[in-house]
Amino acid sequence: MVSDDAATPVGAPLIVPITVEEHLRTARHAVRAAAQRLKLRLVDQTKLVTAASELARNCYIHAGGGELTIEEVVRDDHCRGIRLTFEDSGPGIPDPEAALLDGFSTGGGLGHGLGGARRLMDEFTITTSVTPPTGTAIVATRWVR
Amino acid sequence: MDDRALRSRLADTIGDERDRIVDSWVQAQVEQGAIRAGFSEDDVRQEAYPVIAGLAEALAADGPVRQAVSEAAALRSALSQLSLTRAQAGASSSATASAVLALKEVMLPLLRERAGDDRDLLLDLSLTLSRVVDAAGLVVFQSYLQGREEIIRRQTQEIQELSTPVVQLWRQILAVPLIGTLDSARVQVVMENLLHGIKEHEAKIAILDITGVPTVDTVVAQHLMQTVAAARLMGADCIISGIRPQIAQTIAQLGIDLSTIMTRATLADALTGAISVVTEGAGGETPGELVALAR
Repeated sequence: MVSDDAATPVGAPLIVPITVEEHLRTARHAVRAAAQRLKLRLVDQTKLVTAASELARNCYIHAGGGELTIEEVVRDDHCRGIRLTFEDSGPGIPDPEAALLDGFSTGGGLGHGLGGARRLMDEFTITTSVTPPTGTAIVATRWVR
Repeated sequence: MDDRALRSRLADTIGDERDRIVDSWVQAQVEQGAIRAGFSEDDVRQEAYPVIAGLAEALAADGPVRQAVSEAAALRSALSQLSLTRAQAGASSSATASAVLALKEVMLPLLRERAGDDRDLLLDLSLTLSRVVDAAGLVVFQSYLQGREEIIRRQTQEIQELSTPVVQLWRQILAVPLIGTLDSARVQVVMENLLHGIKEHEAKIAILDITGVPTVDTVVAQHLMQTVAAARLMGADCIISGIRPQIAQTIAQLGIDLSTIMTRATLADALTGAISVVTEGAGGETPGELVALAR
Protein backbone atom coordinates (compact mmCIF):
# COMPACT_ATOMS: atom_id res chain seq x y z
CA MET A 1 0.00 0.00 0.00
CA VAL A 2 1.03 3.55 -0.61
CA SER A 3 2.06 5.27 2.58
CA ASP A 4 -0.18 8.01 3.86
CA ASP A 5 0.74 11.62 3.18
CA ALA A 6 2.62 13.38 5.95
CA ALA A 7 0.06 16.12 6.34
CA THR A 8 -1.03 17.77 9.56
CA PRO A 9 -4.71 18.32 10.32
CA VAL A 10 -5.85 21.93 10.77
CA GLY A 11 -8.78 22.60 13.08
CA ALA A 12 -11.33 20.10 14.30
CA PRO A 13 -12.35 17.18 12.08
CA LEU A 14 -15.98 16.84 11.04
CA ILE A 15 -17.46 13.37 11.45
CA VAL A 16 -20.41 12.32 9.29
CA PRO A 17 -22.11 9.00 10.02
CA ILE A 18 -23.07 6.90 7.00
CA THR A 19 -25.77 4.55 8.19
CA VAL A 20 -28.83 5.34 6.05
CA GLU A 21 -29.13 6.31 2.39
CA GLU A 22 -29.90 9.96 3.24
CA HIS A 23 -26.46 10.20 4.79
CA LEU A 24 -24.90 9.96 1.33
CA ARG A 25 -26.41 13.36 0.62
CA THR A 26 -25.32 14.71 4.01
CA ALA A 27 -21.78 13.49 3.28
CA ARG A 28 -21.73 15.17 -0.15
CA HIS A 29 -23.01 18.43 1.30
CA ALA A 30 -20.44 18.39 4.11
CA VAL A 31 -17.57 17.68 1.69
CA ARG A 32 -18.76 20.39 -0.70
CA ALA A 33 -18.98 22.88 2.17
CA ALA A 34 -15.43 22.00 3.25
CA ALA A 35 -14.19 22.38 -0.35
CA GLN A 36 -15.85 25.77 -0.66
CA ARG A 37 -14.33 26.92 2.63
CA LEU A 38 -10.90 26.06 1.25
CA LYS A 39 -11.76 27.83 -2.02
CA LEU A 40 -11.07 24.83 -4.23
CA ARG A 41 -11.68 25.50 -7.92
CA LEU A 42 -15.12 24.42 -9.11
CA VAL A 43 -13.75 21.46 -11.05
CA ASP A 44 -11.75 20.29 -8.04
CA GLN A 45 -14.79 20.68 -5.82
CA THR A 46 -16.79 18.56 -8.23
CA LYS A 47 -14.13 15.86 -8.36
CA LEU A 48 -13.78 15.78 -4.58
CA VAL A 49 -17.54 15.60 -3.99
CA THR A 50 -17.96 12.92 -6.65
CA ALA A 51 -15.18 10.80 -5.14
CA ALA A 52 -16.75 11.25 -1.70
CA SER A 53 -20.09 10.18 -3.11
CA GLU A 54 -18.59 6.98 -4.56
CA LEU A 55 -16.71 6.07 -1.40
CA ALA A 56 -19.65 6.88 0.88
CA ARG A 57 -21.91 4.69 -1.24
CA ASN A 58 -19.41 1.82 -1.17
CA CYS A 59 -19.29 2.16 2.58
CA TYR A 60 -23.08 2.13 2.82
CA ILE A 61 -23.74 -0.69 0.32
CA HIS A 62 -20.83 -3.07 0.87
CA ALA A 63 -20.09 -2.54 4.55
CA GLY A 64 -23.60 -1.71 5.79
CA GLY A 65 -22.48 1.72 6.93
CA GLY A 66 -19.55 3.44 8.53
CA GLU A 67 -18.20 6.87 9.21
CA LEU A 68 -16.65 9.68 7.20
CA THR A 69 -14.15 12.06 8.77
CA ILE A 70 -13.49 15.30 6.90
CA GLU A 71 -10.30 17.15 7.79
CA GLU A 72 -8.53 20.18 6.49
CA VAL A 73 -4.82 19.33 6.28
CA VAL A 74 -1.61 21.19 5.53
CA ARG A 75 1.59 19.75 4.05
CA ASP A 76 5.16 20.70 5.00
CA ASP A 77 5.32 22.93 1.91
CA HIS A 78 2.24 24.82 3.21
CA CYS A 79 0.00 23.32 0.53
CA ARG A 80 -3.48 22.85 1.95
CA GLY A 81 -5.97 20.12 1.18
CA ILE A 82 -8.96 18.11 2.30
CA ARG A 83 -8.54 14.63 3.68
CA LEU A 84 -11.46 12.21 3.70
CA THR A 85 -11.30 9.11 5.88
CA PHE A 86 -13.93 6.43 5.40
CA GLU A 87 -13.98 3.77 8.07
CA ASP A 88 -16.26 0.79 8.38
CA SER A 89 -16.33 -2.59 10.07
CA GLY A 90 -17.82 -4.40 7.10
CA PRO A 91 -16.52 -7.66 5.63
CA GLY A 92 -13.37 -6.03 4.18
CA ILE A 93 -12.12 -6.20 0.57
CA PRO A 94 -10.51 -9.60 -0.27
CA ASP A 95 -8.43 -8.25 -3.17
CA PRO A 96 -8.10 -4.44 -3.07
CA GLU A 97 -5.96 -4.31 -6.25
CA ALA A 98 -8.66 -6.13 -8.22
CA ALA A 99 -11.39 -3.97 -6.69
CA LEU A 100 -9.60 -0.88 -8.00
CA LEU A 101 -9.74 -2.15 -11.60
CA ASP A 102 -12.43 -0.69 -13.81
CA GLY A 103 -15.35 -2.98 -14.39
CA PHE A 104 -14.94 -4.77 -11.07
CA SER A 105 -18.27 -4.87 -9.32
CA THR A 106 -19.89 -7.05 -6.71
CA GLY A 107 -22.93 -4.86 -6.23
CA GLY A 108 -24.40 -4.65 -9.75
CA GLY A 109 -22.95 -1.19 -10.37
CA LEU A 110 -20.76 0.02 -13.19
CA GLY A 111 -17.59 -0.99 -11.37
CA HIS A 112 -15.90 2.37 -11.73
CA GLY A 113 -16.57 3.62 -8.24
CA LEU A 114 -13.43 2.69 -6.32
CA GLY A 115 -10.93 3.07 -9.17
CA GLY A 116 -12.68 6.24 -10.33
CA ALA A 117 -12.57 7.71 -6.85
CA ARG A 118 -8.83 7.01 -6.70
CA ARG A 119 -8.33 8.82 -10.02
CA LEU A 120 -10.34 11.79 -8.72
CA MET A 121 -8.16 12.17 -5.61
CA ASP A 122 -4.48 13.06 -5.24
CA GLU A 123 -3.67 10.61 -2.46
CA PHE A 124 -5.47 7.34 -1.89
CA THR A 125 -4.80 4.57 0.62
CA ILE A 126 -6.83 1.46 1.35
CA THR A 127 -6.34 -0.50 4.53
CA THR A 128 -8.60 -3.50 4.73
CA SER A 129 -8.95 -6.72 6.66
CA VAL A 130 -11.03 -9.79 5.83
CA THR A 131 -10.02 -11.63 8.96
CA PRO A 132 -11.58 -10.53 12.26
CA PRO A 133 -11.66 -7.75 13.19
CA THR A 134 -12.79 -7.08 9.63
CA GLY A 135 -13.22 -3.64 8.13
CA THR A 136 -11.92 -1.13 5.66
CA ALA A 137 -10.37 2.30 6.03
CA ILE A 138 -9.87 4.50 2.99
CA VAL A 139 -7.88 7.70 3.37
CA ALA A 140 -8.05 10.04 0.38
CA THR A 141 -6.73 13.59 0.02
CA ARG A 142 -7.11 16.30 -2.58
CA TRP A 143 -4.75 19.30 -2.53
CA VAL A 144 -5.59 22.88 -3.32
CA ARG A 145 -3.74 23.87 -6.48
CA MET B 1 -50.45 6.84 51.10
CA ASP B 2 -50.31 4.62 48.00
CA ASP B 3 -50.09 5.80 44.43
CA ARG B 4 -53.78 5.19 43.76
CA ALA B 5 -54.80 7.38 46.72
CA LEU B 6 -52.25 10.07 45.80
CA ARG B 7 -53.60 10.27 42.31
CA SER B 8 -57.19 10.49 43.47
CA ARG B 9 -56.18 13.19 45.94
CA LEU B 10 -54.50 15.12 43.16
CA ALA B 11 -57.54 14.66 40.92
CA ASP B 12 -59.77 16.02 43.71
CA THR B 13 -57.53 19.06 44.08
CA ILE B 14 -57.73 19.70 40.37
CA GLY B 15 -61.52 19.28 40.42
CA ASP B 16 -62.04 21.63 43.38
CA GLU B 17 -59.59 24.31 42.30
CA ARG B 18 -60.17 24.23 38.57
CA ASP B 19 -60.80 27.96 38.20
CA ARG B 20 -57.83 28.98 40.32
CA ILE B 21 -55.53 26.62 38.41
CA VAL B 22 -56.70 27.95 35.07
CA ASP B 23 -56.30 31.56 36.24
CA SER B 24 -52.78 31.17 37.49
CA TRP B 25 -51.79 28.97 34.53
CA VAL B 26 -52.97 31.63 32.11
CA GLN B 27 -51.10 34.21 34.18
CA ALA B 28 -47.92 32.13 34.11
CA GLN B 29 -48.14 31.78 30.33
CA VAL B 30 -48.68 35.49 29.89
CA GLU B 31 -45.49 36.01 31.88
CA GLN B 32 -43.68 33.43 29.72
CA GLY B 33 -44.65 35.46 26.68
CA ALA B 34 -47.13 32.99 25.21
CA ILE B 35 -49.42 35.82 24.16
CA ARG B 36 -48.43 37.06 20.76
CA ALA B 37 -50.01 38.42 17.64
CA GLY B 38 -53.18 36.53 16.76
CA PHE B 39 -53.23 34.74 20.10
CA SER B 40 -55.10 36.34 22.98
CA GLU B 41 -55.37 35.64 26.69
CA ASP B 42 -58.88 34.37 26.01
CA ASP B 43 -57.52 31.80 23.57
CA VAL B 44 -55.09 30.55 26.22
CA ARG B 45 -57.94 30.34 28.73
CA GLN B 46 -60.14 28.46 26.26
CA GLU B 47 -57.41 25.87 25.80
CA ALA B 48 -56.73 25.55 29.50
CA TYR B 49 -60.09 24.09 30.61
CA PRO B 50 -60.05 20.93 28.46
CA VAL B 51 -56.42 20.27 29.47
CA ILE B 52 -57.21 20.56 33.19
CA ALA B 53 -60.31 18.39 32.81
CA GLY B 54 -58.24 15.86 30.85
CA LEU B 55 -55.60 15.76 33.58
CA ALA B 56 -58.23 14.89 36.15
CA GLU B 57 -59.53 12.13 33.90
CA ALA B 58 -56.04 10.70 33.33
CA LEU B 59 -55.42 10.66 37.08
CA ALA B 60 -58.54 8.57 37.59
CA ALA B 61 -57.26 5.86 35.22
CA ASP B 62 -55.27 2.78 36.29
CA GLY B 63 -51.78 1.77 35.24
CA PRO B 64 -48.50 3.69 35.21
CA VAL B 65 -48.88 7.47 35.08
CA ARG B 66 -47.21 7.94 31.71
CA GLN B 67 -49.42 5.30 30.14
CA ALA B 68 -52.54 6.75 31.78
CA VAL B 69 -51.73 10.19 30.40
CA SER B 70 -50.96 9.00 26.91
CA GLU B 71 -54.07 6.83 26.82
CA ALA B 72 -56.52 9.42 28.16
CA ALA B 73 -58.34 10.34 24.97
CA ALA B 74 -59.73 13.69 26.18
CA LEU B 75 -56.33 14.83 27.49
CA ARG B 76 -54.54 13.73 24.34
CA SER B 77 -56.93 15.59 22.09
CA ALA B 78 -56.80 18.70 24.32
CA LEU B 79 -52.98 18.64 24.24
CA SER B 80 -52.80 17.98 20.49
CA GLN B 81 -55.21 20.83 19.92
CA LEU B 82 -53.06 23.08 22.08
CA SER B 83 -49.90 22.03 20.27
CA LEU B 84 -51.53 22.60 16.88
CA THR B 85 -52.98 26.05 17.61
CA ARG B 86 -49.71 27.20 19.17
CA ALA B 87 -47.72 25.96 16.20
CA GLN B 88 -50.09 27.75 13.84
CA ALA B 89 -49.71 30.94 15.90
CA GLY B 90 -45.96 30.61 15.37
CA ALA B 91 -44.88 29.42 18.81
CA SER B 92 -41.79 27.23 18.97
CA SER B 93 -42.03 23.64 20.18
CA SER B 94 -40.04 24.45 23.31
CA ALA B 95 -42.31 27.43 24.15
CA THR B 96 -45.32 25.14 23.89
CA ALA B 97 -43.71 22.45 26.00
CA SER B 98 -42.68 25.03 28.64
CA ALA B 99 -46.25 26.29 28.75
CA VAL B 100 -47.45 22.82 29.68
CA LEU B 101 -44.62 22.26 32.14
CA ALA B 102 -45.56 25.56 33.82
CA LEU B 103 -48.57 23.67 35.22
CA LYS B 104 -46.24 22.25 37.86
CA GLU B 105 -45.35 25.60 39.35
CA VAL B 106 -48.95 26.70 39.13
CA MET B 107 -50.25 23.73 41.07
CA LEU B 108 -47.53 23.38 43.70
CA PRO B 109 -48.86 26.19 45.96
CA LEU B 110 -52.30 24.55 45.91
CA LEU B 111 -50.79 21.22 46.95
CA ARG B 112 -48.96 23.00 49.77
CA GLU B 113 -52.26 24.37 51.03
CA ARG B 114 -53.81 20.91 50.92
CA ALA B 115 -50.94 19.08 52.56
CA GLY B 116 -50.61 21.55 55.40
CA ASP B 117 -47.81 20.47 57.74
CA ASP B 118 -47.58 16.94 56.31
CA ARG B 119 -44.23 17.22 54.51
CA ASP B 120 -44.21 13.60 53.36
CA LEU B 121 -47.64 14.00 51.80
CA LEU B 122 -46.54 17.20 50.07
CA LEU B 123 -43.49 15.44 48.67
CA ASP B 124 -45.53 12.48 47.43
CA LEU B 125 -48.18 14.71 45.87
CA SER B 126 -45.52 16.84 44.18
CA LEU B 127 -43.84 13.77 42.73
CA THR B 128 -47.13 12.49 41.35
CA LEU B 129 -47.93 15.90 39.91
CA SER B 130 -44.48 16.09 38.38
CA ARG B 131 -44.90 12.72 36.68
CA VAL B 132 -48.31 13.62 35.27
CA VAL B 133 -47.22 17.00 33.93
CA ASP B 134 -44.00 15.58 32.47
CA ALA B 135 -46.01 12.93 30.67
CA ALA B 136 -48.34 15.65 29.36
CA GLY B 137 -45.32 17.61 28.15
CA LEU B 138 -44.12 14.54 26.26
CA VAL B 139 -47.52 14.17 24.61
CA VAL B 140 -47.36 17.79 23.45
CA PHE B 141 -43.89 17.29 22.07
CA GLN B 142 -44.89 14.08 20.29
CA SER B 143 -47.89 15.65 18.63
CA TYR B 144 -45.73 18.56 17.56
CA LEU B 145 -43.24 16.13 16.01
CA GLN B 146 -45.99 14.11 14.37
CA GLY B 147 -47.30 17.29 12.77
CA ARG B 148 -43.83 18.12 11.51
CA GLU B 149 -43.21 14.62 10.19
CA GLU B 150 -46.52 14.73 8.36
CA ILE B 151 -45.49 18.00 6.71
CA ILE B 152 -42.09 16.58 5.78
CA ARG B 153 -43.62 13.45 4.28
CA ARG B 154 -46.03 15.51 2.21
CA GLN B 155 -43.31 17.87 1.06
CA THR B 156 -41.04 14.99 0.08
CA GLN B 157 -43.77 13.60 -2.13
CA GLU B 158 -44.49 17.00 -3.58
CA ILE B 159 -40.82 17.64 -4.32
CA GLN B 160 -40.50 14.27 -6.00
CA GLU B 161 -43.40 14.97 -8.29
CA LEU B 162 -42.85 18.68 -8.81
CA SER B 163 -39.22 18.40 -9.73
CA THR B 164 -39.67 15.84 -12.49
CA PRO B 165 -41.94 17.40 -15.08
CA VAL B 166 -41.93 16.14 -18.64
CA VAL B 167 -42.51 19.05 -21.03
CA GLN B 168 -43.12 19.01 -24.75
CA LEU B 169 -40.67 21.42 -26.42
CA TRP B 170 -41.62 20.73 -30.01
CA ARG B 171 -43.63 18.24 -31.98
CA GLN B 172 -42.26 14.81 -30.96
CA ILE B 173 -39.62 16.39 -28.72
CA LEU B 174 -39.82 16.12 -24.93
CA ALA B 175 -37.60 17.62 -22.30
CA VAL B 176 -37.07 16.43 -18.74
CA PRO B 177 -35.28 19.06 -16.64
CA LEU B 178 -33.71 17.11 -13.80
CA ILE B 179 -33.09 19.03 -10.60
CA GLY B 180 -31.49 17.77 -7.41
CA THR B 181 -30.13 14.42 -6.32
CA LEU B 182 -30.90 11.52 -8.65
CA ASP B 183 -31.42 8.65 -6.23
CA SER B 184 -33.18 5.42 -7.15
CA ALA B 185 -36.60 6.66 -6.02
CA ARG B 186 -36.33 9.87 -8.07
CA VAL B 187 -35.10 7.99 -11.13
CA GLN B 188 -38.09 5.66 -10.90
CA VAL B 189 -40.46 8.66 -10.99
CA VAL B 190 -38.50 10.29 -13.83
CA MET B 191 -38.54 7.12 -15.87
CA GLU B 192 -42.26 6.51 -15.43
CA ASN B 193 -43.15 10.12 -16.28
CA LEU B 194 -40.86 10.06 -19.30
CA LEU B 195 -42.15 6.77 -20.70
CA HIS B 196 -45.75 7.93 -20.32
CA GLY B 197 -44.82 11.25 -21.95
CA ILE B 198 -43.20 9.44 -24.88
CA LYS B 199 -46.37 7.42 -25.44
CA GLU B 200 -48.71 10.36 -25.00
CA HIS B 201 -46.84 12.79 -27.28
CA GLU B 202 -45.55 10.11 -29.70
CA ALA B 203 -42.13 11.54 -29.02
CA LYS B 204 -39.06 10.61 -31.08
CA ILE B 205 -36.53 12.49 -28.96
CA ALA B 206 -36.34 13.04 -25.22
CA ILE B 207 -33.86 15.55 -23.82
CA LEU B 208 -32.70 14.80 -20.28
CA ASP B 209 -31.25 18.04 -18.95
CA ILE B 210 -28.92 17.56 -15.98
CA THR B 211 -28.03 21.24 -15.42
CA GLY B 212 -29.69 21.04 -12.00
CA VAL B 213 -28.04 17.80 -10.89
CA PRO B 214 -25.21 18.75 -8.52
CA THR B 215 -23.23 15.50 -8.56
CA VAL B 216 -22.95 12.96 -11.36
CA ASP B 217 -21.28 9.86 -9.96
CA THR B 218 -21.31 6.30 -11.27
CA VAL B 219 -24.74 5.53 -9.85
CA VAL B 220 -26.31 8.66 -11.33
CA ALA B 221 -24.68 7.80 -14.68
CA GLN B 222 -26.02 4.28 -14.45
CA HIS B 223 -29.50 5.60 -13.71
CA LEU B 224 -29.29 7.91 -16.73
CA MET B 225 -28.18 5.04 -18.97
CA GLN B 226 -31.06 2.88 -17.77
CA THR B 227 -33.51 5.68 -18.49
CA VAL B 228 -32.06 6.11 -21.98
CA ALA B 229 -32.28 2.35 -22.59
CA ALA B 230 -35.92 2.26 -21.49
CA ALA B 231 -36.80 5.21 -23.74
CA ARG B 232 -35.08 3.46 -26.69
CA LEU B 233 -37.25 0.41 -26.15
CA MET B 234 -40.21 2.71 -26.74
CA GLY B 235 -38.69 4.05 -29.94
CA ALA B 236 -37.42 7.37 -28.62
CA ASP B 237 -33.81 8.51 -28.63
CA CYS B 238 -32.41 10.50 -25.73
CA ILE B 239 -30.07 13.43 -25.60
CA ILE B 240 -28.43 14.29 -22.28
CA SER B 241 -27.85 18.03 -22.04
CA GLY B 242 -26.57 20.41 -19.43
CA ILE B 243 -23.18 18.72 -19.07
CA ARG B 244 -21.10 21.44 -17.42
CA PRO B 245 -17.30 21.51 -17.91
CA GLN B 246 -16.52 20.28 -14.41
CA ILE B 247 -19.04 17.43 -14.78
CA ALA B 248 -17.52 16.44 -18.14
CA GLN B 249 -14.02 16.28 -16.63
CA THR B 250 -15.22 14.32 -13.64
CA ILE B 251 -17.18 11.79 -15.71
CA ALA B 252 -14.17 11.27 -17.98
CA GLN B 253 -11.81 10.74 -15.03
CA LEU B 254 -14.24 8.40 -13.30
CA GLY B 255 -14.05 6.30 -16.45
CA ILE B 256 -17.74 6.26 -17.31
CA ASP B 257 -18.35 5.65 -21.01
CA LEU B 258 -21.24 7.77 -22.23
CA SER B 259 -20.15 7.55 -25.88
CA THR B 260 -23.21 5.51 -26.85
CA ILE B 261 -25.45 8.33 -25.67
CA MET B 262 -25.87 11.63 -27.47
CA THR B 263 -24.76 14.40 -25.11
CA ARG B 264 -24.77 18.19 -25.45
CA ALA B 265 -23.46 21.05 -23.33
CA THR B 266 -26.69 23.04 -23.30
CA LEU B 267 -30.39 22.48 -23.66
CA ALA B 268 -30.36 24.84 -26.66
CA ASP B 269 -27.81 22.66 -28.49
CA ALA B 270 -29.82 19.58 -27.68
CA LEU B 271 -33.03 21.14 -28.97
CA THR B 272 -31.35 22.24 -32.21
CA GLY B 273 -30.04 18.72 -32.73
CA ALA B 274 -33.39 17.18 -31.87
CA ILE B 275 -35.31 19.40 -34.27
CA SER B 276 -33.01 18.54 -37.14
CA VAL B 277 -33.45 14.82 -36.42
CA VAL B 278 -37.23 15.13 -36.23
CA THR B 279 -37.51 17.20 -39.41
CA GLU B 280 -35.15 14.94 -41.40
CA GLY B 281 -37.30 12.05 -40.35
CA ALA B 282 -40.37 13.89 -41.60
CA GLY B 283 -38.95 13.71 -45.15
CA GLY B 284 -38.44 17.29 -46.22
CA GLU B 285 -41.77 18.63 -45.02
CA THR B 286 -39.89 21.24 -43.06
CA PRO B 287 -41.88 24.33 -42.14
CA GLY B 288 -39.87 27.52 -42.51
CA GLU B 289 -40.19 28.56 -38.90
CA LEU B 290 -38.76 25.24 -37.78
CA VAL B 291 -35.64 25.68 -39.89
CA ALA B 292 -35.22 29.19 -38.57
CA LEU B 293 -35.35 27.87 -35.04
CA ALA B 294 -32.94 25.04 -35.80
CA ARG B 295 -30.37 27.63 -36.89
